[in-house]
Amino acid sequence: MFEFIYDILETILSLFISEFKYQNYILTFVAGSLSAFIVINAVLGGVLAAIWGERRLLGKFQQRSGPNRWGPLGTLTSVADAVKVMFKEDIVPEEADRYIFNIAPLLLVIPVFIIFSVIPFGVGLYAVDINVSALFILAITSISGLSIICAAWASANRIAIFSALRSVAMLISYEIPVGLSLVGILLISESMSVMDIVIFQKVPFILLQPVAAFVFFLGSLAEINRTPFDLTEAESELAAGYQNDYSGMKWGLFYLGEFAATIAASSVFSTLFLGGPNGPFLPGIFWLTIKVVAVWFVIIWIRATWPRFRIDQVLNLAWKGLFELTLINIIVTSVSVIIWTESDPNRLLYIAIFNWVLTVPFIFIILRLLKTKNYDENEEKLSMYPVGSDSPKFEKVSK
Amino acid sequence: MSVKSEPITINLGPQHPSTHGVFRMRVTFDGETIIDLEPIFGYLHRGSEKLAEERTYTQIVTLTDRMDYVSSMLNNQGYILALEKLANIEPKPRGVWLRMIASELQRIASHLVAIGFLIQDLGAWGTPLTYAMREREKILQMFEMLCGARITNSYLRPGGVFMDAPVQFWDALSEFTQNFPSEIEELEKLLSSNEIIFSRTKGVATLTAEQALNASITGPILRSTGVDWDLRKSDPYDYYDQIKFNVPTHTAGDNYARYILRVQEMKESLSIVKQCVERIEPGPIRPHHDEVPNLVKPPIGDCYSAIEGSKGELGFYLVSDGSISPYRWHVRSSSLINLTLLKEMLVGTLFGDLFVTFGSIDINMGEVDR
Repeated sequence: MFEFIYDILETILSLFISEFKYQNYILTFVAGSLSAFIVINAVLGGVLAAIWGERRLLGKFQQRSGPNRWGPLGTLTSVADAVKVMFKEDIVPEEADRYIFNIAPLLLVIPVFIIFSVIPFGVGLYAVDINVSALFILAITSISGLSIICAAWASANRIAIFSALRSVAMLISYEIPVGLSLVGILLISESMSVMDIVIFQKVPFILLQPVAAFVFFLGSLAEINRTPFDLTEAESELAAGYQNDYSGMKWGLFYLGEFAATIAASSVFSTLFLGGPNGPFLPGIFWLTIKVVAVWFVIIWIRATWPRFRIDQVLNLAWKGLFELTLINIIVTSVSVIIWTESDPNRLLYIAIFNWVLTVPFIFIILRLLKTKNYDENEEKLSMYPVGSDSPKFEKVSK
Repeated sequence: MSVKSEPITINLGPQHPSTHGVFRMRVTFDGETIIDLEPIFGYLHRGSEKLAEERTYTQIVTLTDRMDYVSSMLNNQGYILALEKLANIEPKPRGVWLRMIASELQRIASHLVAIGFLIQDLGAWGTPLTYAMREREKILQMFEMLCGARITNSYLRPGGVFMDAPVQFWDALSEFTQNFPSEIEELEKLLSSNEIIFSRTKGVATLTAEQALNASITGPILRSTGVDWDLRKSDPYDYYDQIKFNVPTHTAGDNYARYILRVQEMKESLSIVKQCVERIEPGPIRPHHDEVPNLVKPPIGDCYSAIEGSKGELGFYLVSDGSISPYRWHVRSSSLINLTLLKEMLVGTLFGDLFVTFGSIDINMGEVDR
């Protein structure tokens, strides 16, 4: 996208004036700003649509209508909400650390938008191409933890501190399986650039790396604090968690960051595992949108159905379950990459079969090991009193 | 490396979203582990017991509605039974059958609320709750047919009920009894085999039968520890001795046992409703004014009468001085007494278990503080 805008600007300029000093710097700046503007606005529009869509979908899941007052089918609800949030009073608690308190929402929102800079929206439709962009995504997503702990610490609220510590514990634990789950992809595609990975995916990676996709999906759910890992703002425990003391547009920024993060997670997943903009007939941007919406729908579906884990269970799952799965996946993938070299025409097919047979059973084995112990077997031991009754065992008390 | 750490004390409530009203706990945490918990009551105290001393015996029925507002019919029944015992009123059979149907329906509604909010506290974003509320709505609509009110029913009168059931009620009831088993199955399919619910509730906040009996805990919580105690069986009131039903019990005494027990109790209540519908016959729904006047004047004396409420033994103590209003009215509210073991249940568990346990105890602040 950047090169495209740059070329257009250069052509237009050359029509009117001859080349001047520092022209390429100025053009780079203008073209860069324009492409950032386009990406950010596309994402913001997406967030507004996502908020409406999520509320509407949750309504359907819960057998109610959802937002339906403003605009057709309630589509203007999020616009009205945004306007309301902007005009609300901005309260900073007296004991809060003002500077950090104010900067924390920005720290959450900015990294989410930066992620979109490396997502290819179509063939050649991207903001920047970094040669290690897969690593870049992992690095940028970790900043949200910093923002949450800043917000909690600055607002001097004990419940918020709980939320922030949970968030950081989860972030540290899930960074590792998420990072390791990408290793299989990098081994097969032999590149760290998201563009190269997308171009490589004639076959989506979810077929070649099912376990990596599983781990990555769960890990990104944990990193964006979605059900069943929404411990950071577990409403029934911590009220609103780290954003307890925020109001007005600062709270709005947190809200925005959260929903944008959901879209970011779905786009990263669809780019890395579902082939991104690749697809027949339709242009790339449509395929990416379809895939993002599908992943996003699954996230909402999970949110509408499942309860959440407890903090120890969340960490157990990361360290005792997903971490091992990624290690197994890396071993199996490395072996398969060595066995079937580039020259083999059916290489990808063999790698896929090898992976499915050797790794997918481990998902069930490890989840089986982590399963809750059922106590029904030692029921006899626990029983203190006769169980079940058909007739009164106690004497009738006379009235 | 040693890290210096110290316990942290947090006030949870009275304005916390999951305290089921205005309950307040002062909880001390060591990390995420609860090391101390102090419940603080009284934020919803409305002086119902004192108010009753200024009202006539029939007017007090409206006060009982507002105690445990998710099971008003049962409160009505408990109070009316105490009054009938005190004033020696012989109830009319049709009235008794009607109030048994109403109170069993209310028990189902109350358990649905309990289960729905328990799952809500577990973090499921509303869906199981709305499923439960959808079923409860049908019951509330039936109550509206019975007495014109949905929550604060005031349906019962000394010796029976104040209005006979309309024709639509019986249609709605038969439709409900037909559909409810499949609806509960749907809810169970969603919840009872969910691994997250297992891991969150099994073995959490365990209570032994001895502890429960020593604290005089009643209701589903007592039965979940393995004690087979249900006032409908052990001290039958109304016509419960003519009806066949089981008292489900569980032995684990943990959150899951309390949850699954309520599901089973709903099925039993449904079978009771069906039997009542078969047994009910036409007749007067309450004694005539000549027999029982509007201003009941019980003889001087006192009495205690208890029923098996949705949350436990719901007892009413009445002292009469021979006038039109009681000298003293006291309620043994199961919610309050079931809360007394909160500390024993929760010390040693994690923050995440706190509100789940709270939800599984199923209290109602209106009944706790009265």
